[in-house]
Amino acid sequence: MQRHRNGRTAWLIGLVLSGCLISSMAMAGDAAGSDSAPAFSNKLLLTGGVSQVEGSAGGGLTPWAVIGGYGTSDEIGANAFITHINLPDYHVNEAGAMVGLYNRVEVSFAQQRFDTEQVGAALGLGRGFTFKQNIIGVKVRLAGDAVLDQDSWMPQISIGVQHKKNNQAAVLAFVGAKSDQGTDYYVSATKLFLSQSLLVNATVRFTKANQIGILGFGGDKNNSYKPEFEGSVAYLLSRNWAVGAEYRQKPNNLGIAKEDDWYDAFVAWAPTKHVSLTLAYADLGNIVIKDHQRGLYASVQVGF
Amino acid sequence: MFKYSLHAAVMAMAMLFTQAAMAQNAVPMPEQSAAMAASAPRDPALRPVFDQFGGKPGLVTLMDDFMVNLMADARTRPYFADTDREHIKLELVDQFCVILDGPCTYTGKDMERVHRNLGINRAAFNALVEDLQKAMDKNKVPFRAQNKLLAKLAPMHPVVITK
Ligand code: HEM
Repeated sequence: MQRHRNGRTAWLIGLVLSGCLISSMAMAGDAAGSDSAPAFSNKLLLTGGVSQVEGSAGGGLTPWAVIGGYGTSDEIGANAFITHINLPDYHVNEAGAMVGLYNRVEVSFAQQRFDTEQVGAALGLGRGFTFKQNIIGVKVRLAGDAVLDQDSWMPQISIGVQHKKNNQAAVLAFVGAKSDQGTDYYVSATKLFLSQSLLVNATVRFTKANQIGILGFGGDKNNSYKPEFEGSVAYLLSRNWAVGAEYRQKPNNLGIAKEDDWYDAFVAWAPTKHVSLTLAYADLGNIVIKDHQRGLYASVQVGF
Repeated sequence: MFKYSLHAAVMAMAMLFTQAAMAQNAVPMPEQSAAMAASAPRDPALRPVFDQFGGKPGLVTLMDDFMVNLMADARTRPYFADTDREHIKLELVDQFCVILDGPCTYTGKDMERVHRNLGINRAAFNALVEDLQKAMDKNKVPFRAQNKLLAKLAPMHPVVITK
């Protein structure tokens, strides 16, 4: 166990260091290349969000209406990310990438690996039993401009889907989930209140996912789509730094274990458009037999 | 415990934003949009921001740095290379000075007419904003004050961005 923890600490330090390294490289690149016209990445810093837990552009927990990548309407932008969530009884490793097309369409892919550590052993699945979930996301901007429309209330509005496939069908059936795959549908509204340096997002997601799909889709208690509310606020401290908080409501479909809503408080740092580092303290509540799953969420995103 | 305090923080921030946004809407809308094509309207609430920019002398220095940035940036230089840059700087000083409720009058051209044939796209617009941000950073304009000005400039995008 002790060794396990040390390994994770090392992993986190590695993540932070690699972020710093990439950013200093990117800064050197910027300094040298400020005279050459980049063909893409012309959006304003931090207004593109980061990669949320399912791979879409957003906060940490919830998608925003922004199209990922720093591309504008004539451009294509792309991002890749890795995320690590370190909870008392579990950990999650995740990686993914997204492409933003002409500030209109975003296509994303992410893979989550949810490691059950000792809980896996306690449940008879084996220590370190891991659920793997692949997520393909598509988001389309319908209307508005979160950044430029500063004289109206109109937010940027997007709709999106996240199709998820979990690799542990047998275990999911055993816990009462009705399916090992499912599709979430959401609508997001994002607005930057520039005079207040405040970015606000609200998302309504229609989902059957248990623990965002890690425990499958639908259950013995409920097997229909339910609207769930998600919200983020981010306060911009400077061009490079933002702090904020998020909330994500979740359904409760499984009889065997209750599911809690999620919260986090985050700080995001984008030294350049090519890299951002997000650190959050996340409260993921009860997960199966373990309560109070609170811990560190760390994510590095690099953009092209 | 943590959960509830965080919840309270989210609620408080949401309330804060609602109030702030209402304050933002206090300016009567029709008048604002009528004046928009010519330039942005004067906003008496921004007088303290004018001081944070260092008054008119501050704006003059700011525009010098801004224009240096615009000419050093390959994304914006082509637009300004063959223009009367000294004149543009003077007009920009007056324009920003008016927006921030300073003692100036804008006598320059209508924003729509000036930019109509320049073929400006979103990327060039964002590049110009970045160059302005860098100049404001250099002149130690506080970030919040910067955003208050940018919030007045951003709504001009429909007449400036034509491509
Ligand atoms: C909200 C954003 C903008 C504002 C408030 C603004 C303001 C101004 C002002 C006050 C003038 C001088 C008008 C006069 O000479 O009477 C001007 C001229 C000019 N602007 Fe902008 N501008 C904006 C965006 C842009 C962008 C994005 C570009 C190109 C990247 C641009 C390129 C020019 C050029 C080339 C001129 C000189 C035109 C000429 O002399 O024929 N502007 N602008």
